[in-house]
Amino acid sequence: MKYGILVNEGPYQHQASDTAYQFAKAVLDKGHELYRVFFYHDGVNNGTRFAVPPQDDRKIAELWSQMAEAHGTDLVVCIAAAQRRGLLDEGEAKRQGKDGNNIAPGFRISGLGQLIEAGIQCDRLVVFGD
Amino acid sequence: MSMLHTVNKSPFERNTLVSCLGHATAGSAILLIEDGVYGALEGTAHSDLLRGALADHSVYVLGPDLNARGMTDDQVIEGVSVVDYGGFVDLTEKHEKVQAWL
Repeated sequence: MKYGILVNEGPYQHQASDTAYQFAKAVLDKGHELYRVFFYHDGVNNGTRFAVPPQDDRKIAELWSQMAEAHGTDLVVCIAAAQRRGLLDEGEAKRQGKDGNNIAPGFRISGLGQLIEAGIQCDRLVVFGD
Repeated sequence: MSMLHTVNKSPFERNTLVSCLGHATAGSAILLIEDGVYGALEGTAHSDLLRGALADHSVYVLGPDLNARGMTDDQVIEGVSVVDYGGFVDLTEKHEKVQAWL
């Protein structure tokens, strides 16, 4: 079965990012296809590589990046939500005249159309948030 | 069409469980996750609410979230099934739509 996941809450806020990750992992473990994970609102904060959580804490952004590397998972960050919260890739940093970018490996910045498309393409769209 | 409803907040904090039970049609399933697991506990002010829902709905609770809060499977209301993340995925497969009560 083809799955899409929507994450509306930032990491370390409550538990939505953790649940979304564990659910995504279980989807892959069961042999389903994970078509896309879309990060919206504060969920875009899952995609910064500048997060430095305490050593004994879970490293949420890193876990997503590892999932993308191991399974080719498409991790998409909403562009408008990302710009408001200071999440940039190289192209956006240049376009906005900023001095650096902070997007984590495996993530890409795109538009809401990617969420709509996931809703159309996937058998199930599961939402996690606050 | 059968639907799976997920509730992720405690009924002592928000009214999403009450809203969910008020809208869910008979035969749909309800999965309590994150702080929502408090709604599955026996012997609380909200126990009767969930016990009543068992007549029309199958009710599930996410075991890892229950255990993370220091509670065990035997503390949940009789008739509520404990599932893990794999079981969560199975429920989303079984039901055509998933509605998150955020």
